Amino acid sequence: MPHVVITGAQGREFTGGAGEFDVAADTVRRMIIELDDRFPGFGEFIDRRMAIAIDGEIHQDAYAAALRPDSEVFLIPKIGGG
Amino acid sequence: MTGVLEKPAAAELKVVGTRPIRPDGVDKVTGRAQYGADYVMPGMLFGRIKRSPHAHARIVSIDTKKARALAGVKAVITAADLPNLASEEYEAGEGGGDLRDLSLNVMARGKALYEGHAVAAVAAISPVIAEAALDLIEVKYEPLPHVIDVEAAMAPDAPVLHERMFTQGLPEASSKPSNISRVNKLGRGDLEAGFAEADVVVEGRYVTKGVHQGYIEPHACLASFSEDGQSTVWSSSQGQFMVRTYCSKLLDLEAANIRVIPAEIGGGFGGKTTVYLEPLALALSRLSGRPVKMVMSREEVFRATGPTSGAVIEVKLGAKRDGTITAADIVLKYQAGAFAGSPVGAGSMTAMACYNIPNVAITGYDVVTNTPKVAAYRAPGAPISAFGVESAIDELALKLEMDPIDIRVKNGVASGMQAVYGPTYNSIAYLDTLEAIRKSEHYAAPLGPNQGRGLAVGFWFNIGGESSGAVHINDDGSAVVVTANPDIGGSRASMAMMAAEVLGLPVEQVRPVVGDTTAIGFSGLTGGSRVTFATGMAVTRAAEKVVEDLRRRAALTWDTAVENVAWENGQAVCLDPAKDVKPLTLKQLAARSGRTGGPISGEVSLTAQGAGPGFAVHLCDVEIDRETGHVKIVRYTAAQDVGRAIHPSYVEGQIQGGVAQGVGWALNEEYIYDKDGRMENPGFLDYRVPVASDLPMIDAIMIETAPNPRHPFGAKGVGEVPIVPPLAAVANAVRSALGVRFHELPMSPPKIRAALDAQG
Repeated sequence: MPHVVITGAQGREFTGGAGEFDVAADTVRRMIIELDDRFPGFGEFIDRRMAIAIDGEIHQDAYAAALRPDSEVFLIPKIGGG
Repeated sequence: MTGVLEKPAAAELKVVGTRPIRPDGVDKVTGRAQYGADYVMPGMLFGRIKRSPHAHARIVSIDTKKARALAGVKAVITAADLPNLASEEYEAGEGGGDLRDLSLNVMARGKALYEGHAVAAVAAISPVIAEAALDLIEVKYEPLPHVIDVEAAMAPDAPVLHERMFTQGLPEASSKPSNISRVNKLGRGDLEAGFAEADVVVEGRYVTKGVHQGYIEPHACLASFSEDGQSTVWSSSQGQFMVRTYCSKLLDLEAANIRVIPAEIGGGFGGKTTVYLEPLALALSRLSGRPVKMVMSREEVFRATGPTSGAVIEVKLGAKRDGTITAADIVLKYQAGAFAGSPVGAGSMTAMACYNIPNVAITGYDVVTNTPKVAAYRAPGAPISAFGVESAIDELALKLEMDPIDIRVKNGVASGMQAVYGPTYNSIAYLDTLEAIRKSEHYAAPLGPNQGRGLAVGFWFNIGGESSGAVHINDDGSAVVVTANPDIGGSRASMAMMAAEVLGLPVEQVRPVVGDTTAIGFSGLTGGSRVTFATGMAVTRAAEKVVEDLRRRAALTWDTAVENVAWENGQAVCLDPAKDVKPLTLKQLAARSGRTGGPISGEVSLTAQGAGPGFAVHLCDVEIDRETGHVKIVRYTAAQDVGRAIHPSYVEGQIQGGVAQGVGWALNEEYIYDKDGRMENPGFLDYRVPVASDLPMIDAIMIETAPNPRHPFGAKGVGEVPIVPPLAAVANAVRSALGVRFHELPMSPPKIRAALDAQG
């Protein structure tokens, strides 16, 4: 199952402080839905505030991005720029 | 877009990697280019803003009666004339924030939170009358205690800016209002164990002051609101769609009824990723029924638009005697200005991104102060944390008597390693970039008297995001490329080049155009070093779509299958052995487009994923004038992992520009406040940015050993990372020249003199 890690403290208020999860999901959207089912409100928070790094590659908005069973997913604060 | 695109080898490229003349150059040097302040309309009014003279004050009342009665005044507005928005998060491309804060920053309501905060606006038939009207607006204030310094704002007894702000990110929810909007924590490993392993520990507290982006063109716009509810805005910004979205939300207008036409932009560097004037000009136009033009003075730009944070950076590093860094403990305290949202998050994530260290803790504080709300500034947050970290690494190298490149190579990240902020790197060339500096002639060159040499490194993520691109073929076989990103760093040239490469045309036959919000699909801002990467991807795919269509049209003409048609060097070539036909050029295909399916064009909208990060390694030589304390930059070499340079001259220009701004940040630039919280130096005479005579020729080395596998030509963003290392590179050079470590920026002549006096 893909392994999800929250980088830093943001979003942990939804998860009771937990920062790592295994999810039965094969796309980013399914991962978000599953996390929202487990921690209500967390899905919306991910949508608005987080970028998603899948196996080292950062995706800003990527519902369709595929997750492999051994994917490593990091939720990091959304990045802007100047 | 999820697949890895097939990339041609550099040797196969005909246009990408060359240095054609910039397509916007002639207009810019002859004055034809239309900047924000150049637009005029019949019956146009002139808008002006009344601003708070107080750093922090309750607004008791605003009386506009006398101003409205002045002959020639056509409209006066205050916050009461704008929607009173509830707190709500919004998204606009890659940006976002709180809608209420955005609205309150555009026009104060109830409280003025910084000197220069807008409290009212007028539109009149002349600038003189508009100015006179401002004097007739009577505002009663109840001045409140203010706080500018970031640590003073964090103190328990500090004046509180927002009664409803409670610190987020604490283990226990806080019930006491605070200026600390959020605490971020990031890290890995066991800090205590890491320091226990260390043979050497260095600690330092570093301070940076607020600095402005310093774009040469002040904010300017013209807005026209029509009786039928349709409106048009011409403005200088980093994103016409951003302006449309923000105007729509702040004024409660339908986006479909707002057309935003991008002006040429005279610099933004992140500072034009938000709005200040446009909603007010639209509101004044709606009230007066006339077009309204608003142009900020330089003083207004300084007093009322986003600088970046002043900050305190505390760094503690531990290392073994062989140079292996075992632990890093970093605390970052960033000014956010009047509303929450400093770049401390990015500062935290980038702080140790160049280092492969097992035990790291980074704590970031986002702190509101009675200063203008900060705006993005080139690699927002990263130069600040890098100043502290790279100064501390220099200290560590000195203590261990190690070469500054050796210690960074020993602890440096490479593909396959996990970044401190989470993801695993791939296709990065950081170590190659370090080695390029080591091999440079500069690194071994002797230093003269009173000279010193400093090295520092930097990281920036770069981003992708939403972009649109269109390619239209003209009837003579030339092409037009339309995108929606204001051209700040040369994107017209790079868009034309990528389209020309795919179409097989000379770049001179491809005309790049920046379209308005009705001409092309949505694109995020020009920012985040994303345009060449993301919009370039959209343009490349649009051009590929056109080529597919051209092959189909040639097949139709030759009465053969499309698989029998190849596109080579700008013409269709028939591979069908049964056909004895000459190739069809793009010009020939364009001329008969009416018979093969109509106009030839392609448009692609996408969300670009996989922006490759940028790494920079800078080497700086300074010379100290011991009499005056002046620091002269005598030599500067900057190497950067660029993926692949589309237009190398522009990439070099971005590197040189980043260095120039970083040198200003290091040596002279700072917001200076008096005891009442008023800025004392709101002009380029007293706020000193570098001029040409302050800088040597900056040598740029482009490292192309790790092209970005997700971009059709291997490009990575290049515009932001070059401002990350210079603060520390200059500080480390000054340390080398004087033997004194400067912990506070800017290292201006009085401070250098004071250090020399202390030396005796």
